[in-house]
Amino acid sequence: MSVSDHGQQQEVAIAVDRLYKSFGSLKVLREITTEIHRGEVVAIIGPSGCGKSTFLRCLNLLEKPTSGKIYIDGTDITAPGVDVMKMRQNVGMVFQHFHLFPHMTVLQNVMYAPVKVKQLPKAVAAEKAQQLLARVGLAEKADVYPSKLSGGQKQRVAIARALAMEPKAMLFDEPTSALDPEMVKEVLDVIKAVSLTGMTMAIVTHEMGFAREVAHRIFFLDGGKVAEDAPPSEFFTQPKSDRAQQFLEKVL
Amino acid sequence: MLNKLENSESLMMIFAPERVPEFPLLLADLKLDFAAIAPSLPFILTGLWVTLQFTLISLFFGFIWGTILALFKISSFKPLYWFGMAYTSIFRGVPLLVTLSVIYFATPQLTGFNIQPLQAGVLTFSLNAGAYVSEVIRAGILAVDRGQTEAAMSLGVTYKPMMLDIILPQAVKNILPALVNETIALLKDSSLVSTIGAQDLLRRAQIVGAQKYVYFEPLLIVGLVYYAMVMVLTLAAHALERRLHRSS
Ligand SMILES: Nc1ncnc2c1ncn2[C@@H]1O[C@H](COP(=O)(O)OP(=O)(O)O)[C@@H](O)[C@H]1O
Ligand SMILES: [Mg+2]
Repeated sequence: MSVSDHGQQQEVAIAVDRLYKSFGSLKVLREITTEIHRGEVVAIIGPSGCGKSTFLRCLNLLEKPTSGKIYIDGTDITAPGVDVMKMRQNVGMVFQHFHLFPHMTVLQNVMYAPVKVKQLPKAVAAEKAQQLLARVGLAEKADVYPSKLSGGQKQRVAIARALAMEPKAMLFDEPTSALDPEMVKEVLDVIKAVSLTGMTMAIVTHEMGFAREVAHRIFFLDGGKVAEDAPPSEFFTQPKSDRAQQFLEKVL
Repeated sequence: MLNKLENSESLMMIFAPERVPEFPLLLADLKLDFAAIAPSLPFILTGLWVTLQFTLISLFFGFIWGTILALFKISSFKPLYWFGMAYTSIFRGVPLLVTLSVIYFATPQLTGFNIQPLQAGVLTFSLNAGAYVSEVIRAGILAVDRGQTEAAMSLGVTYKPMMLDIILPQAVKNILPALVNETIALLKDSSLVSTIGAQDLLRRAQIVGAQKYVYFEPLLIVGLVYYAMVMVLTLAAHALERRLHRSS
């Protein structure tokens, strides 16, 4: 999918309604209201500590919102009695530091949740895991342990592991920030490939070139709000706020 | 036992340099008489089984109870958390001999149940081991990277399989060495049951001493037996640790 044709798809995948999040007296998110459409790729950028991770982690309830509502496919996941685990199966997450399970092989990492959570037969899950590993270019690493992999390889396994649950949306929290520079591209390429399958994605990133190329929309987070929400062509050439301008001057 | 006069003589020998005796001479001075207790050796060593029984049964129940307590202590449900903390604090703060006496002597008075030394010992040591083991397991679980929990949760893995398949297998590496230390402590503390009449290693050594009027030799023997068991455990732990390190 390209930037130009996504506009026709208006089905809402993730809706956020007046989301607030505080840690004690620290107000991190102050009223975020937005919608992400199906198949849309949103890059979330902003200065360090502005609440990008917190926002992303609220979307799969790794952080509990202080107030406000979050809808995934129309279901309010903040409502009492909602099956949070069920919701999380549909929202994959990729972390800055990978968090692979070190005591499992690469293949076991990828097939664990489908077998345990979705009760997929082992053989089926293994077959699927192999295909996913091939997709991220690591078919031959199936039987090694994560400690034997480079950072870039670990992150690609982590992406395969998240994809194995066949989520409807994916959250990436600075997926390349912990990598040596020469490994950034291989991971970004995989993420880009995933985006081209029409996956709904929210990506926190400092890779402006990547955001510009892959994202349909840029959220610039500042002061606990989405200070700017614009297509990359617009955001990177004519940011509206001074804060965004200053930020771009620093990172570009 | 050393005779008082001989004892002071040997002390003098040590302090008077011109009379420093050869080492064998000093040993001979001790007048150790193992021949006298040789017939009682099987009787004493039967206590090994009793001691091991106390240790292993208590370890088994202590480990289960300790795991449960550890889960209490990492629970976000406050009453469970406080229970686990208070429990551990009590068992750490009260001498084991006091706990053992309370359970052995107070149980019949409070409940009318005539508790046997073996039962009282196992109960005490299990409850006590539970407190210490729970600390070990709690620390081992908390030492596992928080990201592991988050990765599991983000995949929709529920609490139980997350604990069993992801957190605990990693925690074992942190837990195992400390757990062996607890086992060693338990093995040595089991000698306390001699005070309530259970015929463990120590008690049997005391019985033989009283019968034969030779106290040092039986105690020396059980001391060595305890030491040997602790050494075996320590070596086994080292071997296990090395294996775990290799596999990670
Ligand atoms: N669990 C937490 N407890 C307390 N403060 C937190 C917690 N998580 C994040 N914060 C604080 O919230 C703010 C936003 O953090 P974060 O969302 O990680 O920022 P970003 O990802 O944009 O760098 C920071 O000031 C951070 O210190
Ligand atoms: Mg962050």
